[in-house]
Amino acid sequence: MTEELHPVRLVVNETAYDIRVPARRLLSDALRQDLGLTGTHVGCEHGVCGACTILVDGKPMRSCLLFAVSAVGVEITTVEGLTNADGSLGPVQQAFAECHGLQCGFCTPGFLTTITAGLRDNPDPTHDEAREMIAGNLCRCTGYQNIVKAVERAAVLGAES
Amino acid sequence: MTTKLVGTPVQRVEDQRFLRGQGRYVDDIANDPSTLHAAVLRSPHAHARIIDIDVDEVLDLEGVHAVWTHDDLAGPMAEPLPLLIPHPSLTHGRTQYALAKDEVNYVGEAIAFVVADDRYVAEDAVGRIRVSYEFLPPVVGIDAARAATHLVHDDVPGNIGARMEQHNGDAPAAIAAAPHRLELDLTIERSACTPLEGRGTVARWDPDVNRLQVWSSTQTSTGVRAAVAVKMGLDLGQVDVITPDVGGGFGVKINHPWPEELLVPMAARALGRTVKFTEDRREHFISSAHERGQVQHIEVGFDDDGRLLGLDVMFWHDHGAYTPYGLIVPIITSTQLLGPYKPGAYRVVFESLYTNTVMVTPYRGAGRPQGCYAMERTMDAIAQFLGKDRAEVRAINFIQPDEFPYDHGLIFQDGRELEYDSGDYPASLVKLKALVGWDEFPAYKAEMAAAGRQVGIGLACYVEGTGVGPYEGAHVHIETSGKVKVATGLTTQGQGHATVFAQLVADELGVKHEDVEVVTGDTRRMPYAVGTFASRAAVMSGSAIHLAARRAKEKVLRIAAEALEADEKDLQIVDGVVSVKGSPGSAIDLGTVSVLSNPLRYAFDEASKAATQFSVGDPGKPPVAEGEEPGLEGRDFYSPERATFASGMHAVVVETDPETAEITILKYAVVHDCGNLINPMIVEGQIHGGVAQGVGGALYERMAYDESGQLLNASFMDFLMPYVTEVPDGIDIDHLETPSPLNPLGVKGAGEAGVIPSAAVFAAAIEDAEGIPIIAMPISPSDLFHLRQIHAKEPS
Repeated sequence: MTEELHPVRLVVNETAYDIRVPARRLLSDALRQDLGLTGTHVGCEHGVCGACTILVDGKPMRSCLLFAVSAVGVEITTVEGLTNADGSLGPVQQAFAECHGLQCGFCTPGFLTTITAGLRDNPDPTHDEAREMIAGNLCRCTGYQNIVKAVERAAVLGAES
Repeated sequence: MTTKLVGTPVQRVEDQRFLRGQGRYVDDIANDPSTLHAAVLRSPHAHARIIDIDVDEVLDLEGVHAVWTHDDLAGPMAEPLPLLIPHPSLTHGRTQYALAKDEVNYVGEAIAFVVADDRYVAEDAVGRIRVSYEFLPPVVGIDAARAATHLVHDDVPGNIGARMEQHNGDAPAAIAAAPHRLELDLTIERSACTPLEGRGTVARWDPDVNRLQVWSSTQTSTGVRAAVAVKMGLDLGQVDVITPDVGGGFGVKINHPWPEELLVPMAARALGRTVKFTEDRREHFISSAHERGQVQHIEVGFDDDGRLLGLDVMFWHDHGAYTPYGLIVPIITSTQLLGPYKPGAYRVVFESLYTNTVMVTPYRGAGRPQGCYAMERTMDAIAQFLGKDRAEVRAINFIQPDEFPYDHGLIFQDGRELEYDSGDYPASLVKLKALVGWDEFPAYKAEMAAAGRQVGIGLACYVEGTGVGPYEGAHVHIETSGKVKVATGLTTQGQGHATVFAQLVADELGVKHEDVEVVTGDTRRMPYAVGTFASRAAVMSGSAIHLAARRAKEKVLRIAAEALEADEKDLQIVDGVVSVKGSPGSAIDLGTVSVLSNPLRYAFDEASKAATQFSVGDPGKPPVAEGEEPGLEGRDFYSPERATFASGMHAVVVETDPETAEITILKYAVVHDCGNLINPMIVEGQIHGGVAQGVGGALYERMAYDESGQLLNASFMDFLMPYVTEVPDGIDIDHLETPSPLNPLGVKGAGEAGVIPSAAVFAAAIEDAEGIPIIAMPISPSDLFHLRQIHAKEPS
């Protein structure tokens, strides 16, 4: 039994990739293995931890709950796409560095994408809104304290830029 | 002048990589289509004999390369996995096989190993394996293990792997003679580390040089290396183990070798291909380790002031189906239970019991949370019995600052005496009471009660033996570029070692932080190492790095003194330049010193001309002086006599909802003493993370096994790991810095501290809010609701 392969064009971080994948291939696996974009991490493969969160047309989605073949005709942004054009850290990334918002770094890409979208919708969150913004992602290292600070710092950096 | 970096919140250098999505975790290694992927068939039954394994249909599947069962293993690979830490009291230690032989003893035990083109196909193949089982009665939970109606292992009577006793004085007699006596029966349930990244291993066999390269998400590269070499019949020198970025460990990755850490290298050599195994989340729940489950019985005798006169503790420790990590967890419970107190006469007895569940190995805190829970519940019970303030009862039992070193007369987990090196517990308590508002709380509680709200406060104290031996080492190499390359063998899983170790080197050598690059967990760079556990990295590798940097510095000064025709004592190193104090014109940079340290025959660039044979050296002496080696390097090891003891105290204020029994955290305060702080930002981050894990363990997380040994909540949907919504909004932290006299930096470990007092402190606060004894943790709103119903029916 040979698995049927489907041609798929994925547009990720403004670059188009043409790949051939089985229908069952998860988008998270396609990003990591077929496109080599290993910044997107897989923490649970059942949509709870949020480590694999990417932006699909700007909206945060769990890439482990999407099939690669279903991701055609959309613009995908991964953590690799959050860096400024000159290679410097984007505002959310910079805020994480300043606030010690990460330790092992495994959950971090999912937080960065989630917060990027969150601040686009709400550029000046209250403290409670900053907490709410990250309430769907799991982190086992930081106790979230400095991630909340990073959301608030990113809002400031975003307003300055 | 170079600013001193130790003690300052230097931003982490590793973040630049992580934040760009450029971390290299084990699943990112060998990320190309030629890599083969492994999947494991795991037992669906908690206890069964394997009658037959039929793999006939597996190899028919396109894309499958090989399948192994125990019958296919040979030599040491077919023997049981190592019992890593033997102990005379572990009379009935048992370990599993890399692949089950004849019997399975927990749901999740590895039975067959399939390698295929990708993980999807490998899992398809696993689904085609047919196993016939003869079911055996499962033993689940400590009560069933103690009853021993059924046995986990036929040859382990009573399901007792170990029974161990330690004592100092005659506790039963002291209790019998005491003015007051109390007994407590406590339980604490299982939880687990659950790092966001599970286990994973990649291996590549190079037939051209007969060498094996292994990448593993481990807390000990050298341990994995030794195990792989032994099991595969290779010389140590043929095996390299590299620990790449690790997505969290918290203890579970110190146990080794996991079956896959052996099977992946075996398959890579057999197939001549790179092979990868990446554990998925369900696998992590059912085949990696758990911890915490204990039942405790405490008898205590005390005087009118609440002073301990005798403490007699018996506990039963659920170690699951196997004992690869020996008795470390219950030994730590039995010794660290004493916390900052003088117990009077003390006796502790534990039984370490087999059950048909996932094995137990250390999880952050490693037995200390259970010990702290036992002792702190006892302190609260004494205070309540005497009608005294809970802080006061603790204070009267503290070891005093002038009593260090304090020898408890027991043997600790490292086989050394349980002797505390330093601390100041009364000062910590003063700070904690101020931080949380302890003395003002009764008024606050009354005020809240008047508003119809129910609040409670708790506190808990702990002492943590950190930085256990036997040793760590470091290598510091100053390159001809002036850049400094540092290697230490223990691994990193989020602690920021690349940052803090570089701080130590920058200060000692007088170089810029950005010129120091640290590598951890790579046996090619430092083959002598132990691992990252027991809050030991800063103490052990930090000290070794400091000493190695000092050796390198001594050599720098010898060479520079000769080059500058100055006395070593008159030299200083600032920002990578050696100069004569007071005469800035007389200077040489570290890169040039490095060039001079290695006499050359051949020049390969402008700089190296300075070291060639017609340029330097006294023709009357050997180019490499007696007692010297070429190169500007320093290497040293740190091996302490015993652990250094950090300490701390937590307090929490909770509110319990009178209707729903929901438990809300209003305030969380931490006073922490880990000696000198290298990087306060990172230490606070460790505390934050520990507190959050503690909240999970106290209020949410449990391993819900049913009576047949099925883990019912083996997913993140059902195992309730805290989100931000469950952790305190702000953690108040105050530090005390009581240096350790045992190491050159005066540091103590900080990694585990945040999680140790959680069960104790939440039990205390909820008890204070509710007026109901809390003797079982964790406690959920429904548990509390039921407790209220029971106590409403049977008022005490």
